[in-house]
Amino acid sequence: MSRAKLLRPDGLLISTWRKLRRDPLGMFGLIIVLLIGVLTVFAPWLAPYDPNEVDVYSRLLPPSGDHWLGTDQLGRDIYSRLLWGGRVAMKVSLLAISVSMAIGIALGMLAGYGPRWLDRILVVTFDTIRSFPTIMFALAIVALVGSSLNTVIVIIIIASIPIYGRVVRTQTLALRDRDFILAERAMGASTVRILFRHVMPNIAAPLFILASMDVPVVVGMEAGLSFLGLGVKPPTPSWGSILNDGYSYIRNSPWPIIAGGIPLILVTLGFTFFGESLRDIFDPKLRKKG
Amino acid sequence: MSCPPVLPVLEVDRLSVSYRTERGDLKALRNVSLQVPRGEIVGIVGESGCGKSTLISAMIRLLAPNAQLDSGEIRFRGEDLLSLDLESMRALRGDELAMVFQDPMTSLNPVLSIGRQMRDIQYRLKESKADKNARSMRMLEKVGIPDPQARLRDFPHQLSGGMRQRVAIAMALMMKPSLLIADEPTTALDATLEVQIIHQLKALQAEIGCSILFISHHLGVIAELCDHVVVMYAGEVVETGSVREIFHSPSHPYTRMLLACDPGGITERTKVLPIIRGFLPDLVDLPAGCVYRDRCDMATEACAEQKPELKDLDGRKVACLLTAESL
Repeated sequence: MSRAKLLRPDGLLISTWRKLRRDPLGMFGLIIVLLIGVLTVFAPWLAPYDPNEVDVYSRLLPPSGDHWLGTDQLGRDIYSRLLWGGRVAMKVSLLAISVSMAIGIALGMLAGYGPRWLDRILVVTFDTIRSFPTIMFALAIVALVGSSLNTVIVIIIIASIPIYGRVVRTQTLALRDRDFILAERAMGASTVRILFRHVMPNIAAPLFILASMDVPVVVGMEAGLSFLGLGVKPPTPSWGSILNDGYSYIRNSPWPIIAGGIPLILVTLGFTFFGESLRDIFDPKLRKKG
Repeated sequence: MSCPPVLPVLEVDRLSVSYRTERGDLKALRNVSLQVPRGEIVGIVGESGCGKSTLISAMIRLLAPNAQLDSGEIRFRGEDLLSLDLESMRALRGDELAMVFQDPMTSLNPVLSIGRQMRDIQYRLKESKADKNARSMRMLEKVGIPDPQARLRDFPHQLSGGMRQRVAIAMALMMKPSLLIADEPTTALDATLEVQIIHQLKALQAEIGCSILFISHHLGVIAELCDHVVVMYAGEVVETGSVREIFHSPSHPYTRMLLACDPGGITERTKVLPIIRGFLPDLVDLPAGCVYRDRCDMATEACAEQKPELKDLDGRKVACLLTAESL
């Protein structure tokens, strides 16, 4: 690195990339994350078959050149179904995480920066939601309004708001009495300005990491709900419903359930490794010794 | 008086502030009065716990939640700050009334670039980003920061303490305030830097034409920078006057001891530095009479009974029974 480089550090993105490149697990995670992104975004062009095309003459086939991951009990191509199911999983996780993060940030900052009584109310609310088993909550909601993809998203949003809310609240509490916040107040900044211009950038990194680690959780929740028949309706492919179909025919062929489990494992590993690597980069104090 | 007196920029009038604590009300400020004339630099000296910080927190209306304004007024350009609504108060802060904090290591936002923070201060101006950056650069240049354009892209952790404090001063003076409150801005810096920054501050003050209220416990800095001095002790003003008067002929026993204890003023070699014996009185349970009497070598019986008022004495003001009588 030249002297000029040392004096002029690169932007956050470039320096993050530089550090990430030195972390094999993080790179592995990033590659999986990008791969899943590309595969799901371009699923309509990448899928060799229509995911709902029934072909009863070729049901429960093992992997072959025609059907890379075999077929299910109705002869549908599992690889194509997995790609389309990934779209559902990614749609749910992106929507649910961004909405619950936005609401969590707003409520968390209110709790951390606002008056004590508001903080109490919000913390009790967060804890109440958190103490509720998500599956029970989901069953109750589905029983009330019926199952659909939107219901799944709403359930996940409500269940995830407290996660973000609590983190934002703690971080805001830690920041509110810092000198630079006092300096901003002394220089006439309004509360809104302080929260969005000064507190937000300070808590953005941990939130980003949390969101990245939350993706497999949300994908798992969607798959779980769909597995139980509480999520997307058939024949729309979802990783959960593919697993459920495979589960019913496990005595006839192990392939559907093996193939259906792979993307869940990959998503979990990929986003977790990527998130952990980012956490180490943004917060070197948390890094394990060794 | 032949000509009408010029209204001081800041006038603190018999201000009393107390903190509610578990032991009772801690009377942090009692009947504090002082003036900052237009275009002049006023220094406040006093040891830790004398109420300096409470006083400036009251001025910018950012007192701790358990603080209570008991009485008095703080008039800024004739307007009582303590009765202003929060919005008007916020409009003054950073625009007409700016502040520099003690510790430059913590008073800048660590995750925002210097340029962004300096633009942020100018949010009241409807100008383009480039114009705001240009103004930031001019200010950085004025406070003696080399290569200001490059510094705008830097983050606080890339600058030294002295540089950060210069940035903080540049930010405070950016909107050309009428009054700059500087809360021990050089305490966290080393001595050579301190002198440089003091000189720069004085030059900037002359250029902008603002007044400065400078808080310090460093007598040398006060003597170098200020026109007037306010000496505080245990939440009261014990003596005020011009720098010359206070430093050449201090009249309150506390001021005299404070000057005697300044290591910069000691000419003879000694193994034991002079100290003021005793401790600050308990501000929750104040003794009657003079607050300084327990530590005063000249205290008489009258000092224990009668509370000295701040009295005019040849242009300065002193709160001591003895000096009023003996002079």
